[in-house]
Amino acid sequence: MDYDVIIIGGGVTGCCIARTLSRYDLKICLLEKEADIASGTTKGNSGVVHAGYAADRKYKKREFCIRGNKLFDQAHKELNFPFKRTGTLVVALEERQIKDLVYIRNYGTEDGVPGLEIIIDKNRIKQMEPQLTDKVIAVLHAPSGGIISPYEFTFALAENANMNGVEFFREHEIIGINKIVAGFEVETKLKKFTSRIVINAAGLYSAEISRMAGVDTFEIYPRRGEYILFDKSSIHLNKVLFPMPTRLSKGILVSPTIHGHVFIGPNADNILDIEDVSTTTRGLKEIISGGLKLVPNLPLNAAIRNFAGLRAVSNTMDFIIEATEMVGFVNVAGILSPGLTAIFAIAEEVVRILVEDLGEELKGKENYNPYRPKPEHLSDFTKMKLNQKIKENPAWGRIICRCETIPEAEIVDSIRRPVGATTIDGVKFRCRAGMGRCQGGFCMPRVMEILSRELNIPYDEVTKRGKGSHYLVNKVLCIELTEDSKESEEVAEK
Amino acid sequence: MKSLDVDIAVIGAGSAGLGAAIEAKKQGMDVLILERNDELGGITLQCIHNGFGLKIFKEDLTGPEYIQRFINEAKELKIPYKLDTMVIEITEDKEIYAVNKKEGLLKIKAKAIILSMGCREKTRGAINIPGFRPAGIYTAGQAQRFVNIEGYIPGKTYVILGSGDIGMIMARRLTWLGCEVKAVVEIKSYVSGLIRNQVQCLEDYNIPLILNHTITKIHGKDRVEGITISSVDQNWDQIVGSDEYIECDSILLSVGLVPENELTTKAGAELSNNGGPIVDDNLETIMDGIFACGNVLQVHDLVDNVSEEAKRAGKNAAIYVKERYGKDQIKKDHIKIIPGINVGYVKPDYVNFSNLENLLHFHLRVKEPDRDVIIVIKEVNKIVYQRVRSFVIPSEMIEVRTKFKPEVISPNCRELKIEVLPVSLLEVLDEVG
Repeated sequence: MDYDVIIIGGGVTGCCIARTLSRYDLKICLLEKEADIASGTTKGNSGVVHAGYAADRKYKKREFCIRGNKLFDQAHKELNFPFKRTGTLVVALEERQIKDLVYIRNYGTEDGVPGLEIIIDKNRIKQMEPQLTDKVIAVLHAPSGGIISPYEFTFALAENANMNGVEFFREHEIIGINKIVAGFEVETKLKKFTSRIVINAAGLYSAEISRMAGVDTFEIYPRRGEYILFDKSSIHLNKVLFPMPTRLSKGILVSPTIHGHVFIGPNADNILDIEDVSTTTRGLKEIISGGLKLVPNLPLNAAIRNFAGLRAVSNTMDFIIEATEMVGFVNVAGILSPGLTAIFAIAEEVVRILVEDLGEELKGKENYNPYRPKPEHLSDFTKMKLNQKIKENPAWGRIICRCETIPEAEIVDSIRRPVGATTIDGVKFRCRAGMGRCQGGFCMPRVMEILSRELNIPYDEVTKRGKGSHYLVNKVLCIELTEDSKESEEVAEK
Repeated sequence: MKSLDVDIAVIGAGSAGLGAAIEAKKQGMDVLILERNDELGGITLQCIHNGFGLKIFKEDLTGPEYIQRFINEAKELKIPYKLDTMVIEITEDKEIYAVNKKEGLLKIKAKAIILSMGCREKTRGAINIPGFRPAGIYTAGQAQRFVNIEGYIPGKTYVILGSGDIGMIMARRLTWLGCEVKAVVEIKSYVSGLIRNQVQCLEDYNIPLILNHTITKIHGKDRVEGITISSVDQNWDQIVGSDEYIECDSILLSVGLVPENELTTKAGAELSNNGGPIVDDNLETIMDGIFACGNVLQVHDLVDNVSEEAKRAGKNAAIYVKERYGKDQIKKDHIKIIPGINVGYVKPDYVNFSNLENLLHFHLRVKEPDRDVIIVIKEVNKIVYQRVRSFVIPSEMIEVRTKFKPEVISPNCRELKIEVLPVSLLEVLDEVG
């Protein structure tokens, strides 16, 4: 066997399982079909760490969310990802909604969600969040709720997993899974891998992957959510703002991002195409009108990007985390909101399944290191520190991305890190070059240059996000003047 | 940390920065230019088409030819400059912090600062086009850089959204390279760039200009495969059922330029509605000794106008250093210039009372195109300036140069309003008046 465990899918679920299992004496690899990890649902979601009061008690996702939320503090210390407990507010705009808030608070508090409080004093509410609409009647404040950068979180998990021996293979789309004696053969477009255990964390594709292994027990449906992101300087928010929840979703929220932007979204659109991350005129209108209900001062003329993500909704409406009839094949599927919050609890559950259901005797690794160093950012430096950094490495003094002030050193680091960037989007999501108001207008050709140099590939083979997403099709033909033609030109001039 | 003292620091070495630095140097100032790029010249370097210099040199030059004259002059005057140097902060007391690879962090204490950082292009997000987010979407200037500087062609078949000047110029440039430009799609009912570019870049090459339309969906998951365009009503809302699919592998955006003023606001200067800093007729911002010129102040149509504006900024900054620097600043007696009917914005935002008799330069853009208009400046209801024009369009900046005789403007005047009115309306007003 090549490996003890193969994890399929490099989203937050796969990467968190990889990192959690990397503490044990197991040979593990992770296979991802895209050019980078964190490319699917992980990239296109709200980035909210939920307090845990929202899901219905009949679902296991409620318990996982509440447990998962508590696990974030330790993980944050170890992995140094951008995370902040800002607190979240559920906003009631009508008197009759107060009783719903009471209901949410009582059940939440009973189930161990800390600090839930209903606030009806308008002054206090406005002090907490000055941008909130004057029409607010009451809010439910959840101080343990917070915000996170979901993709930087996933990079941190993957980097730490990789430091602890997990091998990552990107651009490895699975085309077949075969049962072999005491394990599986997993075939990708490029290579065959064998392992004793396969963990399916393939997100939107998890039902398809499960069927490849002969386990046809669930379906995954894509539910699209669209977002609009606003320029940093245009508005500031303290808290994540939710409307009153409906049966289907937590509604269209208005939220700060960990990097100081504000976004609105998502809507909830059940679609058919599992790859359709397009935004729509109707959807963007819907989230604008939803957002305006909570924050009437949205700076609609300062939008810098719209995007959409797909939730992987299972037909059980709940997380599916289970050993299957195919011994050694574990499904971790249907991880939609609050999956990001629940992620460490989900990974714990996978460990439990390995031990209790599959009879694995997990031994701790001697040299396991749970710490992942924080990537250095110019924006965190004092002036003196910056001066010293440039002396040590001049690449800190060459600013590539003007909008976000990202120097060459950070871009190079994002490429050279474990499981580092290989594409323009990979650089952008790791160090924010091209993430600002010009959206890469100035810096993209320079980032392409650096990628080309670092990866030793031709300039025109640098892509946005892997195969098929090239930026350049051809070279401009230059007719070089030969000596003869120069002479004849000179003659002509005379 | 290395510290420097200079009379005048110029931020940006494009046509504005070079022009301002040259003039300041000629006035005897100790000048330093800070440029974030690795060469002098700014964006004009990638504008290899002609049409530059008609006003200043009375010659038809390409962008690089035009800017080289300024680069040469700056070098002849031995104006010091730092390349690959990014200003990261300007403090209110005119300390500039900049970084580069060789010297690390620099602190530059300047008596006066000239802001000339230029502008940037609006992107897809800024106009919120729905659809997928594949590779193959470029701003027109980005495509221009790939083609003219890097030597690469971004795609084979194009649709250009917006009829800004760079978009139209790139339509012609790409056609010359053997690419197919299927259409230029403009949401407004008229072209956003110069009429001369509409004629020379689109009509001469039979490139269709589709007015009153916009892109309503981008297709293609990895690379652009096509777009849907739809016609829009007067409110720019999509007309249902008017969709049309166009196959293409690239989209260029030429949907407007925005002055780049992050540093300006950090330095404490305020911006007006055009995105440029508020300035008086000396091109001085509300921060004493901080001046602005070129596209950072207002997006110009012609580089010649940038050079002229830059020269004034350089001269005025030198006068500031000689006459006002280090002295108690007397409270300036200002007249506010207010954009009135059919005026989008006007620069300067203020005129010093004491300068009324000097030659004043007003630059403005209309909000809507119009024919047979009269440009008026009014003190309350009294017309103090007027000029007739047969045609105005937002894409063509209007320049008004005038002096005011002392008796024309009352001593307690606090604001002047500038308006572009139909001649017919003025006649009616006259009759009523």
